[in-house]
Amino acid sequence: MSTDLRDLYQEIILDHSRKPHNSGHLDEATCEAQGNNPLCGDRISVYVKLDGDRIQDAMFEARGCAISVASASMMTDMIKGMTVDDAKAAHARFLELITDDDPPQLADDDQLAALIGVRDFPTRIKCATLPWQTFSAALDGGADEVTTE
Amino acid sequence: MNVINGGYPIDEIRKDFPILSEQVHGKPLVYLDNGASAHKPSTVIEQIKRTYETGYANVHRGVHHLSQIATDAMENARRKTQDLLNAADEKEIIFVRGATEGINLVASSWGRANLKEGDEIILSVLEHHSNIVPWQIVAEQTGAIVKVVPIGDDGTFLMEDYKKLLSDRTKMVAVTHVSNALGTVVPVTDVIRLAHEQGAVVLLDGCQAVPHISVDVQALDVDFYVFSGHKLYGPSGIGILYGKEALLELMPPYQGGGEMIDRVTFEKTTYAELPFKFEAGTPHIAGIIALGSAIDYVTGIGFDAITAHEHDLLEYATERLQSMNTIDILGTAPEKAAILSFNIEDVHPHDVGTILDHSGIAVRTGHHCAQPVMDRFDVAATVRASFGLYNTHDEVDALIEGVRKVQEIFA
Ligand SMILES: Cc1ncc(COP(=O)(O)O)c(C=O)c1O
Repeated sequence: MSTDLRDLYQEIILDHSRKPHNSGHLDEATCEAQGNNPLCGDRISVYVKLDGDRIQDAMFEARGCAISVASASMMTDMIKGMTVDDAKAAHARFLELITDDDPPQLADDDQLAALIGVRDFPTRIKCATLPWQTFSAALDGGADEVTTE
Repeated sequence: MNVINGGYPIDEIRKDFPILSEQVHGKPLVYLDNGASAHKPSTVIEQIKRTYETGYANVHRGVHHLSQIATDAMENARRKTQDLLNAADEKEIIFVRGATEGINLVASSWGRANLKEGDEIILSVLEHHSNIVPWQIVAEQTGAIVKVVPIGDDGTFLMEDYKKLLSDRTKMVAVTHVSNALGTVVPVTDVIRLAHEQGAVVLLDGCQAVPHISVDVQALDVDFYVFSGHKLYGPSGIGILYGKEALLELMPPYQGGGEMIDRVTFEKTTYAELPFKFEAGTPHIAGIIALGSAIDYVTGIGFDAITAHEHDLLEYATERLQSMNTIDILGTAPEKAAILSFNIEDVHPHDVGTILDHSGIAVRTGHHCAQPVMDRFDVAATVRASFGLYNTHDEVDALIEGVRKVQEIFA
């Protein structure tokens, strides 16, 4: 496998996509939103349970590729326990990491590091960002479906 | 070029397509996305250049020399298209932007003039969105009803169900000639005959048929036939609507503008004769002329040879894929053309597409603008390899190697 393919399909990504964490419907969700990538037919629902401004729980249901499922799995792991502001900041940093020409430095133990390989796959960036966009829409009320197009 | 000694001149053909010597991610390009759009031979590329360098001006307008040259070249391309489809008259060949515009033209112009509440339009599950949505729009506007012919588990068009849907309420049957998502060849001769027995009109979407098999609109007795130039090794932005003269004569214009008029006053405008009535505005002049070159190219090789070559590739690829584990082929109808849709168990088509791309292999992944087909098989998407006249057995081998690699990564 060529090196950058290995960067994209790291073992941790494949693990998350095979056995996603936090997958399923969250009955006590206080907000939720749907995301859709009309180009490939991928769909995701993100459920968030807020306690004040703290994210007590987050889950998702997705029909999508390894990248989007792994991204959703890692995202929900990461945002659980965060304040809404911190989670929004994590979203912003994630976007910078995978789309900016001059991305910020990564710490070795950065939970977002595993997906950085997607930078080199422009056609796949939307797969990685859809869960985050959908999460962000859930926080904003989730009225309209998020779409990548 | 001619087919020499019965052998298919694949090496010569490949040399005619400059892009085939490109590298992708350091690997030779293996282009298996011809169903989405096909590459262009040098003759087509050169023709575009030649038109702009030596023979370009607006058409049907000027009295000057260049305008005459461009007009002649464009009308020459119309006659080539007439020959390609064996249309009775060149007036029956309308230049449009693509198949999508051709279908919209018929749905809008023919549909609004002929459909009324309770009339029925029959489509099939196999349709591309561009042969669904225009009919939904006109149905909404006129009160007509859309009925859908189902498909079998192997992707065949279910003739018995079609017969049951047909009645004297059926006014239009609009179906694909070849399915873009599955490759199924629809038994269009019977579809047309049965529709005509009920007095209905038939439109065939020929996008995935014209590049692969020879089409004779008179033998088919089809009323409307559309295809896109870019899938026939010609430029994008140019497509063809064939319509029987008697039907086209009775239809109101689709768009108004220059070129489509006879005389304009604010009291009353009279329209130009066919085909110009349906060709409002300045067309894609260089594109039309180059489509003529693309037609020369494919007819130079000959459809007997092209169909046989692609059939060979499809059979070989199908056999090789079938012999692998965890592969699901979607669409196994007895009659198929040039398209192989499949999924690898537990791997999303997008991931397959990315990994194949890294081996230089271009396939289409997604719903192929045919979501009803995806729903029929309860999948969100498939991987689609679609073959063209320049593909080789070695490229099929590369695809199989690529699929193995995907299986390894996801093992
Ligand atoms: C069967 C079929 N119909 C219609 C279309 C639409 O063609 P175009 O986008 O060139 O108008 C396509 C191409 O994608 C097709 O495969």
